[in-house]
Amino acid sequence: MGILDVKNVNKRFGGLQALGDVNLNVAENSVHAIIGPNGAGKSTLLNCLVGKLIPDTGSVMFDGQSVLGRKPFEINQMGISRVFQTPEIFGDLSVLENMMIPCFAKRDGAFELNAISSVGSQTDIVERAEQMLEEMNMADKRHMHAAALSRGDKRRLEIGMCLSQEPRLLLLDEPTAGMARADTNNTIDLLKQIKEERDITIAIIEHDMHVVFSLAERITVLAQGTPLVEDTPENIKGHPKVREAYLGESA
Amino acid sequence: MDAILLQILNGLDKGSAYALIALGLTLIFGTLGVVNFAHGALFMIGAFCAVTVSRILTVSRTIIDDTQKDFLGNPLKVEVPYVHDWFGQATGDVIIDWAVPLSIFFAIPVMICVGVIMERGLIKHFYHRPHADQILVTFGLAIVLQEIIKFYYGANPIPTPAPSAFTGSFDFGAMFGFEPNTIIYPYWRLVYFAFAAVIIGAVFAFLQFTTFGMVVRAGMADRETVGLLGINIDKRFTIMFGLAAAVAGLAGVMYTPINSPNYHMGMDFLVLSFVVVVVGGMGSLPGAVLAGFLLGILESFASMRQVIEIIPGINQVIIYLVAIIILLTRPRGLMGRKGVMEE
Amino acid sequence: MLGLQKKDASLLLLVFALTMLAPFILNPFPEGSGWAQFNAGYPDLMQRFVIFGIFAIGFNILFGLTGYLSFGHAAFLGVGSYSAVWMFKLLSMNVIPAIALAVITSGLFALLIGFISLRRSGIYFSILTLAFAQMSFALAYSVLTPITGGETGLQLALDDPRILDSISAAAGGNIPVPSLFGIEMRDSSEWSVGSWVFTFNNGYYFAAFIMLCSFYLSIRIFRSPFGLMLRAVKSNQQRLNYTGLNTRPYTLAAFVISGMYAGLAGGLMAAMDPLAGAERMFWTASGEVVLMTILGGVGTLIGPVLGAGMIKYMENILSKINSDILHTWFAFLPDGLEDFIVTIIYPFIGKGWHLTLGLLFMMVVIFLPGGLVEGGQKIAKLFKRGKKDDDGAKAADATTPAE
Repeated sequence: MGILDVKNVNKRFGGLQALGDVNLNVAENSVHAIIGPNGAGKSTLLNCLVGKLIPDTGSVMFDGQSVLGRKPFEINQMGISRVFQTPEIFGDLSVLENMMIPCFAKRDGAFELNAISSVGSQTDIVERAEQMLEEMNMADKRHMHAAALSRGDKRRLEIGMCLSQEPRLLLLDEPTAGMARADTNNTIDLLKQIKEERDITIAIIEHDMHVVFSLAERITVLAQGTPLVEDTPENIKGHPKVREAYLGESA
Repeated sequence: MDAILLQILNGLDKGSAYALIALGLTLIFGTLGVVNFAHGALFMIGAFCAVTVSRILTVSRTIIDDTQKDFLGNPLKVEVPYVHDWFGQATGDVIIDWAVPLSIFFAIPVMICVGVIMERGLIKHFYHRPHADQILVTFGLAIVLQEIIKFYYGANPIPTPAPSAFTGSFDFGAMFGFEPNTIIYPYWRLVYFAFAAVIIGAVFAFLQFTTFGMVVRAGMADRETVGLLGINIDKRFTIMFGLAAAVAGLAGVMYTPINSPNYHMGMDFLVLSFVVVVVGGMGSLPGAVLAGFLLGILESFASMRQVIEIIPGINQVIIYLVAIIILLTRPRGLMGRKGVMEE
Repeated sequence: MLGLQKKDASLLLLVFALTMLAPFILNPFPEGSGWAQFNAGYPDLMQRFVIFGIFAIGFNILFGLTGYLSFGHAAFLGVGSYSAVWMFKLLSMNVIPAIALAVITSGLFALLIGFISLRRSGIYFSILTLAFAQMSFALAYSVLTPITGGETGLQLALDDPRILDSISAAAGGNIPVPSLFGIEMRDSSEWSVGSWVFTFNNGYYFAAFIMLCSFYLSIRIFRSPFGLMLRAVKSNQQRLNYTGLNTRPYTLAAFVISGMYAGLAGGLMAAMDPLAGAERMFWTASGEVVLMTILGGVGTLIGPVLGAGMIKYMENILSKINSDILHTWFAFLPDGLEDFIVTIIYPFIGKGWHLTLGLLFMMVVIFLPGGLVEGGQKIAKLFKRGKKDDDGAKAADATTPAE
């Protein structure tokens, strides 16, 4: 029994079958990659996991509880954090403030009206955020506007924000899309380091095979909304069906 | 039955004005993605085009008429409009009488110029700013425009009559076999409705049947792709802005006999026109027209005595109430496209 | 001090000093001089400065922090005024219960409207608030006449019950005036120094005290975790939702707080002059508070107060200048030039002050999105540049919003 269990999920958009009978099982403390050609339904599947979309049929269980019908913030409170394709951070706020927000969310829950005490007086939050920035090697940038960060640093900050909530499952949506090689490698190293240091399950959607094969322990190949195979990276590399899906597309 | 017909007719003229302003608003929103709070001001400027034309036509020289005496026995001073000198008295009088319809020819170029200047000079710079900024800057512009008009024309409404052929009312019901004198309807309101129908038809035909219109429609659907085809979409959108301004202006010109124009008429109509656009669906042209007439007619039904007796005050709030319900239940409006500012 | 950072505390002190000394600061010109008409230190106007300051501070909590542009905030001001006048009519001429009721009813009203309007964002939110405010205005004007007084407005009458102070009311034949435990709001004391006359009005000082409290509270809100969340709403709602935070209660709380500020301002208006009319709820009144906030500097602490002061000053002072006054000013110029300059300036002053306002507002939106406060900071930076070049870079990295 994995931490994330997707069963028979179907999703249609009008006449288009975006997801057809998707079954997916992510084991606890593993790195699970979901790959597939463009239009395979990867993003749709991800959106079904975080509450942005609701599947037509099927079930999505996280740690024995259904996530269906819950709002994104509720799903996040259950322990699923999501990293977006383009880094979603609070551009108008400073890096430190960015990091403090998930810390507040972790401590206070979905809503707390604390309008009188000052942010600076919340020492536990400030310390936690500072510590998280240290871990992300971003402490020297703490007073910068987040919008002024480089692409790689924005990604780093976003991952840090997700980690500061101590999620049990981290979902990454093409975390290296649009990055230069150096930034990509940095991100891979960061994710490897996270994997080593924490008890965390990572599910990653990726296009870049280099990233996938450097990180993943299990891989699910999605094509036209249906899982083709699920196996270890070694077995996936030479799998005829996978080749067909990728090469057949491009041919 | 005749009461219902009467209310529908009563709603038509206001509905026409709403529809025409909303048409321009939604055209601007659909093409340029700009929320234009100054659109009501364009309507108002159109109305003052009519005022200007009728003033120009009545520019007079003073002569002393020895044949007539005033009550003190002095020779009477008579104002003789220059049009009399140029076209003769009879033709001149007819021209003055028809000042409002004639203003159309003056208003079209003026409004297109105003629209193009507005777009090139100001709105262009706000395409990539947030909607709130667009609202704010056009709101500021609306204040400036109405203050300029106030400075030159004063704060009081200026009566601008329709041609005498169209003043007064006629027995509309009798023509269709109802009891005589049950449905009395002013001529000019019917003219206004017909005029609005022609303008709306012309705008739709223009968008539907010309290459220019096709490009604009394609641009409304997907601006980037059209831009990639190497078509200069910005230039066309500027012209569309001019066109939208002209539509609002013409709506204003022809509305002057119904309501004497004053400097804040634009703002009064703007608020309601926005509601109309939202009800019809942001960026949907048929939606704007449909919602304009629908709300105009609904408003006149809500003002029926029988309705007010049941729900007091409903005539004052019906439009807003409908808008609130529509916004909450169907944010894309009656005919809005999916995904256009649905959040 | 008072749990504030040094920078905020000195700002609060500055505002405190300015409001307390306002009767002097706003009356710099001696009576009878040609400049005396620019004196703004008379009670009526000073009261308006601080009351609209409160209104704008509250509006800024919603718009400045969350970015939700409400076009219907005047509705809460109107509700506040009506509640306060009713309290005067029914209970007592003491301003405390009146203002308390004004804040409570406008808060409840804001809760209702906010709960519905906040289901949408962006332009739709603006139109929803506009629609609600216009509805309230139309109803106050027509059907609700028994409660609102309709076109004439809601006024006090001699035979109002005033349960709590019935004894004193019976004694005098006049309608009593609003007071704070016997201190009448309209009473002033004057102090003449040479040809200067300074007026100290009870109502003004009462309103100014409340404005200072509201200002202090707004600083606390800006610097609090709640304020941080609101700024995060403006910056990126999506990320906030995926960070386990529910944005709706945050925005609703901000909406209700700013509605209560508006109600407080409305209640104070009634306390200064006990009548209330529907025109206070008209959408142009909502537009005015938007102008104030943007002009002063949206999202800054002091900006809305500055904007409110500036607009009210223009409304009351600039609008009084007529062409005769202009001619006396430029009398030193040759006749032709004098006439020319007067003709050029004339459209912008007197009755045309709205034109100046509109142009100024557009300039601010186009060139100075941070309003007067940003303008002031830019000028200050220009002067500083000579001394320390890296100061600017540090200021740009500041973590807290500018004052």
